[in-house]
Amino acid sequence: MNRRLILLAPFAAVLVAGVGFLAMLEREQEGKFDPRGVPSMLIGKPVPDFTLPGDPGFAASDLRGRPILVNFFASWCEPCIEEAPALMQIKASGVVIYGIAYKDKPDATAAFLARHGNPFARVAHDAPGRVAIDWGVTGVPETYLIDPQGIVRWRYVGPLGPAAISAELTPLLRRYA
Amino acid sequence: MIRLALALALFLAAAPAFAISDPNEALPDPRQEARAVAIGQQLRCLVCQNESIEDSGADLARDLRHIVRQQVAAGKSDREVIAWLVARYGNFVRLRPPFELSTVLLWASPALAVAIGGGAALVAWRNRPAPPPPLTTAERDRLRRLLDT
Repeated sequence: MNRRLILLAPFAAVLVAGVGFLAMLEREQEGKFDPRGVPSMLIGKPVPDFTLPGDPGFAASDLRGRPILVNFFASWCEPCIEEAPALMQIKASGVVIYGIAYKDKPDATAAFLARHGNPFARVAHDAPGRVAIDWGVTGVPETYLIDPQGIVRWRYVGPLGPAAISAELTPLLRRYA
Repeated sequence: MIRLALALALFLAAAPAFAISDPNEALPDPRQEARAVAIGQQLRCLVCQNESIEDSGADLARDLRHIVRQQVAAGKSDREVIAWLVARYGNFVRLRPPFELSTVLLWASPALAVAIGGGAALVAWRNRPAPPPPLTTAERDRLRRLLDT
């Protein structure tokens, strides 16, 4: 009896590990778990101080008074093209989006926005990418939700799509409106 | 043979091209540069994730290497430089995670593995079957007969 139990133990362990792994894959597919995800340090904290040029560009102090989405993007970034329709849809729903062009040339940024649509109320240029580092940006596109008090409430890594908008962004916008 | 030697010489001459680090990036003071390399080797490249920023060719890693060198040159301690990066990217940026509640299992896993393996070995050793009783005279005779034939 005892011996049989010992023989069964490895199989039980494999079974438990397999079920756990399956759950992990399932959650990854639903977007609830991201093994590569770098948790943002900014959540619940004020926007790091910055002033960026552009036309007219903007500063940390401009991100107040209403919920604002800040989107880091670049003309050389392919997922940003994929994301463009989602941002246009968010803009159409009345949400203000500010864009920060990461390591991009102003001409290239302008051409990108002319081609794929411009969802941004303002566009600033972070050509050296230093402000992005202060935000903890690991790549483009990356999107942050700033509440009316200038506190960062949410960060999304990668191209926004309908699923992330309805599951995460819409409830948060309602909460911080 | 000469051709082979020539090819080998050319191959070796090309070796520096494989190195990522650009001599222009290095600090003029070799002691400060050594410190910057030591700090950078503890920091994860956030684009490639399993490389340190010293080993990575990613743009962001190059920017972070530059920041580390600026801060080292400005006289910041190793701890301060790492804290600056952790404030932005979290403990994830550290390739060697700190010992805290969420990493207890990680740091304790070698000790746990030894304890579990040692325990299993001890149990197996205690439960080892008793040695068989010595052969009886009849069995010994039969064995001898079998061996002789």
